[in-house]
Amino acid sequence: MTDRQLITLTVNGRDHELAVDPRRTLADVLRHDLLLTGTHIGCEHGVCGACTVLLDGQSVRSCLVFAVQAEGRGIRTVESLGEPGELSDLQESFAEHHGLQCGFCTPGFLMLAEGFLAENPAPSREEIRETVAANLCRCTGYQTITDAIESCAAARLARAAEGSTL
Amino acid sequence: MNDSTTSATTARAAEGGLVGRSVRRREDPRLLSGRGRFTDDIHLPGMLHAQFVRSTQAHARVLGVDLTAVRAVPGVVAAYTAEDLALGPITAELDRPPEEFARTEMPVLAGERVRFAGEPIAIVLAEDPYAAEDGVEAAVVRYEPLPPVVDAGQALTAGAGQLHPEAPGNTLVDVTLFPGEGIEEVFARADCVVRVESRTGRQNALPLETRAAVAEWDERAGQLVLHTPSQVPHQVRTVAAGSLGLDEQAVRVVVPDMGGGFGIKCVVGREEIATAAAARRIGRPVKWIEDRRDALTASFLAREQHYRLRAAFSAEGRILALDADVVCDMGAYSCYPFTAGIEPLMAAAEMPGVYRVPAYRARGRAVATNKAPSAPYRGVSRPQYVMAVERLFERAARELGIDAVELRRRNLITEFPYRGVNNITYDPGSYVESLDLCERLLREEGWYDRRAAAEAEGDWLGIGYSCFSERTGYGTAAFAQRKMAVVPGYDLAEARMDPGGAVTVTTGTLSHGQSHETTMAQIAADELRLPLGKVMLRQGDTDRVPYGWGTFASRSIAIGGSAVRLAARNLGERLRTLAARLLDVPVEETVLDEGAVRASDGRALPYPELARIAHLRADLLPKGIEPGLTATASFDHFGDGTFSNATHGVVVRLDRDSGRVEILRYLCVEDCGVAVNPKVVEGQCRGGIAQGLAGALFEEVRYDADGQPQCTGFLDYLTPTALEIPEISVHHLETPCAFTETGAKGAGEGGTIGAPAAVLNAVNDALRRTGVELDDTPIRPEAVYFAMDRNREQTES
Ligand code: FES
Ligand code: FES
Repeated sequence: MTDRQLITLTVNGRDHELAVDPRRTLADVLRHDLLLTGTHIGCEHGVCGACTVLLDGQSVRSCLVFAVQAEGRGIRTVESLGEPGELSDLQESFAEHHGLQCGFCTPGFLMLAEGFLAENPAPSREEIRETVAANLCRCTGYQTITDAIESCAAARLARAAEGSTL
Repeated sequence: MNDSTTSATTARAAEGGLVGRSVRRREDPRLLSGRGRFTDDIHLPGMLHAQFVRSTQAHARVLGVDLTAVRAVPGVVAAYTAEDLALGPITAELDRPPEEFARTEMPVLAGERVRFAGEPIAIVLAEDPYAAEDGVEAAVVRYEPLPPVVDAGQALTAGAGQLHPEAPGNTLVDVTLFPGEGIEEVFARADCVVRVESRTGRQNALPLETRAAVAEWDERAGQLVLHTPSQVPHQVRTVAAGSLGLDEQAVRVVVPDMGGGFGIKCVVGREEIATAAAARRIGRPVKWIEDRRDALTASFLAREQHYRLRAAFSAEGRILALDADVVCDMGAYSCYPFTAGIEPLMAAAEMPGVYRVPAYRARGRAVATNKAPSAPYRGVSRPQYVMAVERLFERAARELGIDAVELRRRNLITEFPYRGVNNITYDPGSYVESLDLCERLLREEGWYDRRAAAEAEGDWLGIGYSCFSERTGYGTAAFAQRKMAVVPGYDLAEARMDPGGAVTVTTGTLSHGQSHETTMAQIAADELRLPLGKVMLRQGDTDRVPYGWGTFASRSIAIGGSAVRLAARNLGERLRTLAARLLDVPVEETVLDEGAVRASDGRALPYPELARIAHLRADLLPKGIEPGLTATASFDHFGDGTFSNATHGVVVRLDRDSGRVEILRYLCVEDCGVAVNPKVVEGQCRGGIAQGLAGALFEEVRYDADGQPQCTGFLDYLTPTALEIPEISVHHLETPCAFTETGAKGAGEGGTIGAPAAVLNAVNDALRRTGVELDDTPIRPEAVYFAMDRNREQTES
């Protein structure tokens, strides 16, 4: 067996010290060692996107990242969105537009969208569709996920515009 | 006209009721914040992780299983073979004579024989999942290969390898439900006879959450507790108890949040049972999470069917007779509880569908092959037979020179209730109305003009429709016609008011994305005149829910929702009786109103007050009134079921360079009776259509000639993404259902049923000048390309 390595992971702004096998994926460490079970696993081979988290602001598939590779980088999971008892604007938008059914793919889509909107705050619908196409959802047919992200982006832009005229 | 609900639903909502309103989903806050609880989120102290040693052979005798090296792998705690666990097999039965049904067994772990590549042979338990996989790698299994049977055609050939000694000729089911007396004369006299031969590819229902189980023996309760994402928890309990030799009360099945099911989780899998048995044996909790590779190769599959249809038409375009021969490739085993009969029986019983077919003959066969077994998948045979029948209508329209939409209109059932040649009575629907609206909308949007313009420019545009109805409210009577050894159909509900006046409702159905926490609560809250927040739903726990048949066959709102409404009504009756006695008025002079029982003289007793008396101050209870406030109800439908219906209309463009089918417009006009929550219904339609499109255009589970699975990951099983699924408009018509308490029919499967037929018809419409007709799915780009190419050659020569 391999030797465990001692690492420090910064997840949602908190440091965690862990001894992990080098082959242990970030997804498994988040889910099973840190009990942040919001990050889901749908394929373990980088296609479905259910395991998407932000690594230094970039969306990545945590099933394709070894935990040891994430040391020293800022990790954000779905648990970082909103406040206890209060959803973020993006989460609200998903609820408003029925952007989820079983909810299994949802954390992945939320983190995908969160990273995407940070980079591209004024996307076209086509750009949103292309981004949504990175992950799989088996329930919704994607349209309402696209709607949710589009409306969240529009609302953020409107708020920003208001802010700038104040 | 935009997506909208029609008057009746809107009117109910306007009255202030919750039914008919797209209220926000109560499931969402936890699912959106990562605080849902799926099976893999459950961590129990001392828990071990299971993985399975699986057959590498499609068909073989197992000469020996050596787990010595497995047990030596660091982290591995135990490994068990079939012999070690000695579990009873899973056996699904039909109550039919031997010439119609062969009773076969599915062992929980394979013993002396394996019948598909991926079949579980041994279970490995380890301290972590990585070690469990290392353990699986170390297993040594010796095989003596047997000739594999890779498709139904081969299986039925004389001299083909035989899977089950009990099923000679590999035939699991062979039924002729309708002999069609005199049908040959009708064909002989008909003005027009058309034929269709249609094949559909094997598919994976592919819930994003794979199958899973967490099992522990709870010493205090004397119970095996099995957490598993199942659509049918009570039926899992029956099989687990039977297989492990326990009383049913010694098994508790709990379904946490569930990441989709789509039918394959409404049958009982062997790995879940093996996990439970291993936990009992080792005395520690055990978790098994299926990986995606196993989900694609060793889970339940569906849909591989072959239709041979023949239809007779009169010159005016009336269908006179339909003759059907359906062969379904069911893979290696019958699934519990439905058996391998599920697909052929569904097809043979319901094929005449929305059309007035006067003479009918249908034979359906289920054939065993060396592939992962089949289970029901959203729509069950209806996507296939609707596709084949709709192709018949298109072909007849061409031969008769009648517009295909008009030909359908001439044959659609218009008078209700209608008793079909298949001995099924259809309740009222909007068959013609949905077709008319769908066609009108596509015309108004200018798609017919665009198609004409495209033709002039050499562009390949096609418009296609499908019309169908879907039996949804299968009650016991309708299911009994299947002759399963266990008969689903009814459901139970309980409504309980606590001392604070809030209500907990239980249902035997089970939401896995269908929003029951919201919709069932809408139904109960309306009935009890309570705000939504005062009603909580409990589901999916065999210790908490009296009994139920789970969620499949679009039955939840029609059957389960009706039971919920009745249970709530019975609770309301109890409240009225209590209040009437306390207020000293006749019970007839009381009504439920805004969280209180109100007497005709205006006096009112709020629920919390009644609840307090019923629970905490039983000394104040009038004589003869029992303490507590619990009411139960069951609901069943004793007719042939309820029928949702829809027309789908789709416009496609074929890509000249690749043969790719591009969808330009997708319209769905659906009628599921009263839509309890229209947004939920639309979600079900869109998601269903996406799965229908997946089967029509992309997905196919392939095997090679040795029976080795070729689709082992998402890179070779092509599941559509947001770029392949178009925007879909959903229009609601509403024919309230007279047979259900909610006025609702089912809405889960319709989208999946309608999509393949509509797309296939649209593709053929685009190909109309080529003389080539495609009747199979998935529609391969190369087939489309060669059809276009042929036309190119013809026009050039
Ligand atoms: S689980 Fe990581 S991409 Fe599917
Ligand atoms: S909501 Fe179920 S997979 Fe997306």
